[in-house]
Amino acid sequence: MKNKLMGAAVFAGVLNAGVALAAAGSFMNDYAAEARKAEAGFAPSAERGKAFYHAEKPTPDGKLACSSCHTADPRGAGKTRAGKAIEPLAPAVNPQRFTDLKKTEKWFRRNCNDVLQRECTPAEKADFIAYLSSLK
Amino acid sequence: MKKRWMLALFLGLSLAGAGTLIADDDDDEHEEQEHEDRSGWAIETRGADIRRLPPADNAAWREECAACHLLYPPGLLPGRSWAKLMTGLDKHFGENASLDPQTRAEITAFLIDNAAERMGGRRGSKIASSIPPGETPIAFSETYYFKRKHHEISAAVFKRPAIGSPGKCNACHADAEKGIFDEERVKIPR
Repeated sequence: MKNKLMGAAVFAGVLNAGVALAAAGSFMNDYAAEARKAEAGFAPSAERGKAFYHAEKPTPDGKLACSSCHTADPRGAGKTRAGKAIEPLAPAVNPQRFTDLKKTEKWFRRNCNDVLQRECTPAEKADFIAYLSSLK
Repeated sequence: MKKRWMLALFLGLSLAGAGTLIADDDDDEHEEQEHEDRSGWAIETRGADIRRLPPADNAAWREECAACHLLYPPGLLPGRSWAKLMTGLDKHFGENASLDPQTRAEITAFLIDNAAERMGGRRGSKIASSIPPGETPIAFSETYYFKRKHHEISAAVFKRPAIGSPGKCNACHADAEKGIFDEERVKIPR
């Protein structure tokens, strides 16, 4: 009985993670398709996404990276400048991530403008999600 | 001998009496406080505490405006300040907090509807009238009202790690998001 319960729990966990990654994956694929309009043969890269996530960029006030607020490990909680907690970015830990397009686009618009002083390209968004989805 | 004694007593009583007349009443809220202390029941039946900012709620405001910082009650600023703040969300205290037009319009209307001068409450109208008509502050901590209320708090206190800045109301006013800033409930962290 105990084994069956544990098995069921593990199955549910894997299923949840799978569903979360599937949702994020579909967003990633949509951005990748968009990116291929400018660069034929583009494929998302978790490695590029990781470098992008950690790269510090100059800003009018100093410098900023995604990791500045989302912290070095996207599986953990982040912190806003005002001190409020930010839910983890990694879909495996936070299945809500990259499931609501309006919300995803809103935060890309805001945060890319803060870090890069411009919008992120579809390629950058695809790489970004690829990196976060690769984290277990 | 008796006359001098009576004269001394008369002078002493006069001084004491004069003292109470010029005693510093730095906060007229103490009068209200006495009413509360004597009968908290009266406050319950009276409804909203006139010292507090009345409750106001809107789902979009709650979601968007508490994502990064504490939820500032709309009664803290006059309508024109909220209007100005909501047109400058691209540079919202150093960060891009932009919104889609519909959400921005909805939240702006809510804030103006519940702003300091609209609430009819005593504290709200005090806040509103403390700001000169030509001024439009977008940070409550920069209003004369705030500075007057916090004149005993040094800049060093605001910089304590547990507080950070004057804008972090809930560091010392635990129920700030409920519009409760009662002096008796203040706990200033070390």
